[in-house]
Amino acid sequence: MDLVKVKNLSRSFDVSKPWLNRVIERQPKLFLKAVSEVDFDIAERSTYALVGESGSGKSTIGRMLVGLLTPSDGNVEIEGVDLAHETDAAKVAAVRADIQMIFQDPYASLNPRWRVRDIIVEPVLAQGGDTAGLAERLLEQVGLSAEDAGKFPHEFSGGQRQRICIARALSSEPRLIVCDEPTSALDVSVQAQVLNLMSDLKDSFGLTYLLISHDLTVVQHMADRIGVLYLGRLVEEADPDTLFSDPKHPYTQMLLEAAPRLDAFGREVTPPEGEIPNPIDPPTGCAFHPRCPLAVDRCRTERPELREIGTSRAACHLAE
Amino acid sequence: MTDPVLSIRDLSVEIPTRKGVVCPVDSVSYDIAPGEILGVVGESGAGKSMAGNAVIGLLNPPARIAKGEIWLNGTRIDQLSGDAMRRLRGKEIGMVFQDPLTSLNPLLQIGDQLTETMLTHLDISRSEAEQRAIAALQEVGIPGAADRLNSYPHEFSGGMRQRVVIALALCAEPSLVIADEPTTALDVSVQAQIVALLKKLCRERGTAIMLITHDMGVIAEAADRVAVMYAGRLAELGPVREILTSPSHPYTDGLMASTPLASRGKSRLHQIPGSMPRLNAIPDGCAFNPRCPYAADKCRHDPGPQGAEGRAACWFPIVRERTA
Repeated sequence: MDLVKVKNLSRSFDVSKPWLNRVIERQPKLFLKAVSEVDFDIAERSTYALVGESGSGKSTIGRMLVGLLTPSDGNVEIEGVDLAHETDAAKVAAVRADIQMIFQDPYASLNPRWRVRDIIVEPVLAQGGDTAGLAERLLEQVGLSAEDAGKFPHEFSGGQRQRICIARALSSEPRLIVCDEPTSALDVSVQAQVLNLMSDLKDSFGLTYLLISHDLTVVQHMADRIGVLYLGRLVEEADPDTLFSDPKHPYTQMLLEAAPRLDAFGREVTPPEGEIPNPIDPPTGCAFHPRCPLAVDRCRTERPELREIGTSRAACHLAE
Repeated sequence: MTDPVLSIRDLSVEIPTRKGVVCPVDSVSYDIAPGEILGVVGESGAGKSMAGNAVIGLLNPPARIAKGEIWLNGTRIDQLSGDAMRRLRGKEIGMVFQDPLTSLNPLLQIGDQLTETMLTHLDISRSEAEQRAIAALQEVGIPGAADRLNSYPHEFSGGMRQRVVIALALCAEPSLVIADEPTTALDVSVQAQIVALLKKLCRERGTAIMLITHDMGVIAEAADRVAVMYAGRLAELGPVREILTSPSHPYTDGLMASTPLASRGKSRLHQIPGSMPRLNAIPDGCAFNPRCPYAADKCRHDPGPQGAEGRAACWFPIVRERTA
């Protein structure tokens, strides 16, 4: 059973100069296509991970899923309801309550003037639910103590704050949690604590995660299925074992090769060529072709579609 | 063995505060040989950057060196005057910081920044400095180096900016480069490029590099030796392969076990309970004892041996059968 269905999802941002500049300099409007025609499904009670480098559109997809951004094209269906187009307000409200989000920076995502108790129960209050003893119970579930409910966010360390963010996300009993780089701001030993907590909560609450990360080791550890993004497009999708043992797309191969490894002492790698191109003016054909070691003429003119290869999907003319 | 480029002896940094003196770096000693990359790892607050700043004399007051000695190429530098230290920075010690935008002047073309550095420190003419600037940019892999001398920092991407910073750090041919989290702000593929570049420059020029990072993966790939820091103290120091595969300090051991690894599969990650103590609340005895699975009474009272080459700062170091 798929909880989330993403179909043909696209989002572009207007990055034009102001009107007067455009008229004087005779420049057209400029659009940045952050996400183009992305398709994927997330099965219930699984973890779907989106990986990619900066500018690949992974956070934009996460924001569209929770409704912080509206799609320019395509749609996101959660529990069979398309939030951007559904007109029945009651249906939308019911689905909204099932979605929560955890952000990257635990310092920026907690209001410093609120007590932890108020922060945690806010999602429930907003829906008019009963909040008696809720914050205390959740704090214990995420490994803090009930007395912490009366404190302010500045009294906690980064890892503890991220636990508070998780408690807040859990308070409205959601089914889907979008985690945008939940451990990037944390130290390794604290990251392990938070990842373990996320796994435990997933089992006990029957949660579904969309995990957005740039860290391949975290993704490999947590995900049931992984989508690799490059310049706003899904270039490969597979389960972790297949992706890491047999990557089909040259970009995935490059990422895996370039990622630092703990067991690779003094490894001599030929570092990947080039950088991510400008998304306002992406290359023609396959967006990866200027950096791809295998690129042929066809890659420069024709954009590869995502096609099924075994259990994975890859968008490459040459992949097999 | 050749004489070390940098030698830190029993260095302590202290910061007086209203509630007493805190000690972000506590009796740390290590050496870096020519052409060697020493990795300094630790979590945030471990004092790894503070030690680097002490070496280049850029401690922000009221932080100050409380005791210890810093020797650079046989000269003691921790007591130099501000003026003498300024001549040394850039000439003898190059620096690469985490955020390339803050280490470049946004109002100056990069060619001017490079030539200015060289004219300040080296006795060469302006035209020669320009030639060298082009060579330096080529060396760090910036395409079309001669044309890009007149570009401003904002015209470069993040990875290219970090290359410019590295060129700037190396242009006066220093014997030591301090790289403080040089790849943390960069993407994986660009990080691999920068790490490869640092390794190449280190090998070709015999520059010693102090690579400060929290990323064990980067350390494993780049460093020759590694110093692990915890709460301002040196936990362990030694060849990178030895420390990472058979750590003897329980902290290093826990840190390695809590890193997600392909070979470990989906099992739960090992976790070190708690977090790094704040500087004003470093526990008595060994700083790691409240989080240590092997802590005994002795650890709670006595800080134990000082970390040094091949010796963990621990009363009960983990002893393993050498597998290799």
